[in-house]
Amino acid sequence: MGDEVLVSISSDADLVAARAAARALAEQLGFSRTDATLIATAVSEVARNIVVHVGAGEITMSRLVQDHRRGLRVVASDDGPGIRDVAQALEHGVTSHRGLGLGLSGARRLMDDFDLRSGERGGTVVAMTKWRVLDELERLREDRHADAGSIGEAT
Amino acid sequence: MRVAVLRQGDYLIASIQSDLTDSEVIALREGLLERVGRFRCRGIIIDVGGLDVIDSFVARSLTAIATTARLRGAETVVAGIRPDVAIAMVHFDIDLQPLRTALDLDEALEALDTATGRAGAHGR
Amino acid sequence: MTEQESPAPGPDASNDPGQILHELVSHLRGERSSLRQEWARRISDAKLLSVMTSGEVFSEVTAAYDNYVSVLETGSVETLKTYARDLSERIIPRGVDTDEVLGIVLLLRDVLARSLFDRYQEDRDLLDRVLDVYEPAANRIAVTVGVSFVEERERVIREQQVAIQELSTPVLQVRERLLILPIIGMLDSQRARQLTEQLLGAIQSHRARVVVIDITGVATIDVTVANHLVQTVEASRLMGASAIITGLSSRIAQTLVDLGVDLSMMRTVGDLQGGLEEAERLLGHRAAEAEDVASPPVVGG
Repeated sequence: MGDEVLVSISSDADLVAARAAARALAEQLGFSRTDATLIATAVSEVARNIVVHVGAGEITMSRLVQDHRRGLRVVASDDGPGIRDVAQALEHGVTSHRGLGLGLSGARRLMDDFDLRSGERGGTVVAMTKWRVLDELERLREDRHADAGSIGEAT
Repeated sequence: MRVAVLRQGDYLIASIQSDLTDSEVIALREGLLERVGRFRCRGIIIDVGGLDVIDSFVARSLTAIATTARLRGAETVVAGIRPDVAIAMVHFDIDLQPLRTALDLDEALEALDTATGRAGAHGR
Repeated sequence: MTEQESPAPGPDASNDPGQILHELVSHLRGERSSLRQEWARRISDAKLLSVMTSGEVFSEVTAAYDNYVSVLETGSVETLKTYARDLSERIIPRGVDTDEVLGIVLLLRDVLARSLFDRYQEDRDLLDRVLDVYEPAANRIAVTVGVSFVEERERVIREQQVAIQELSTPVLQVRERLLILPIIGMLDSQRARQLTEQLLGAIQSHRARVVVIDITGVATIDVTVANHLVQTVEASRLMGASAIITGLSSRIAQTLVDLGVDLSMMRTVGDLQGGLEEAERLLGHRAAEAEDVASPPVVGG
């Protein structure tokens, strides 16, 4: 498995795959068991949002690298009608006319960064990221590589 | 088989072995409530030890099972929520108070015995 | 696999690296006794492995020599890693340093190289071909040993870090089914998260039904930590355990109220003693209910 995973969402069976893929990527990127569960749960929420409200969409999960921290970024997108009132959608406890919570407020609390956009002509993109700070040993190794990088050392 | 449901006396014990699709969750809910009516069960134990993700939909479904079952005279206990799953669940904006919980199957049986007023049954 | 004719008896002057490797490995095996001794001597001259007695050095050298030659022969990455791990596991606990480990591996490389020089010195051309096979193999071993040694040390350090972190906030089992988590000092978000995980893990392993979280030793808490506390109480409940917060100063209580934390959802008791009594009540209550109605209730404590 590489550093980016794409899961297409069109049925509730895809949610099972999305959860598993999220957990696997999180573990591969060194997240703790708890964080991996938080990420998988958040992915489940946004994936269900796609199935229930739009029918089809896709989720892309990828690795982010920054100085001394690593992130797992999840982007969920669909071509649906879009969310008219984004602010309202994110308020907890808001239910759609079908009586189902949008689940997005849960996803937002589970992740560190969270962004939700709807296009004017429809379509919704949810981008969320979970970060983990490198521990001392990883930081040392990263600094060492940064120094050695100038000598063209292969990892 | 993803969910095994057995009857033990007038309790139902549902054991979830692995991740379920939404349809399977709904089917489980309907199956349990149907059996409660048919066998006049006094208690339901849902063992979720096999789940490593419980999202808001599953959480709400569990609460719905508990509420509806109570209307039919059965108490529900959810057992086996793992530490990391419990931490995830408290991030939802769902009221989980109506859900009775226990560490595992044994604890759940004891909790049901207490709740149904038959403490001392099942050899405890 | 061409076999060239050689006027003198001795090494097969083949061009095939596989054949050459086979040849040199047989030679190194044949000479193992004297080469092992040579290695042990050089180790002692270089004052390496000084923490070990000469008897211990000799038995290390014996075990390692054969492994080294096998790895030369197969070049298998797996065997190489096992060899490296094995070596590290044997000598790290004895206080051997990285430079010593690499040092002895490099000495063995040198000892075997010299032996190959001696054997093939008559034919410079053949010697070159033998070294072409030997050198990369031997260097690969040295690098792998060095790297795996460092990785092993890092793994140990990580384990120790986790253990230290957990020690700084012990979860105590007071009696069956009852845990106390005394929190002392500054609580930040990261520490709060770690405490929650530790507590829930302890609830699972000790099958606790009541946990007393004592925050007497905490001076102030901010909104993030307050939320963590509430989440910890809720998460404990999801695992079938009731949580009691004790040692809540009126200052912290006020902070929580100001932050909108619903204190009615939390069981709070002024001091630890009171909290433990409440815990006993909770536990005794369940024990009493579980018995036949006819029996007298169990007295807690």
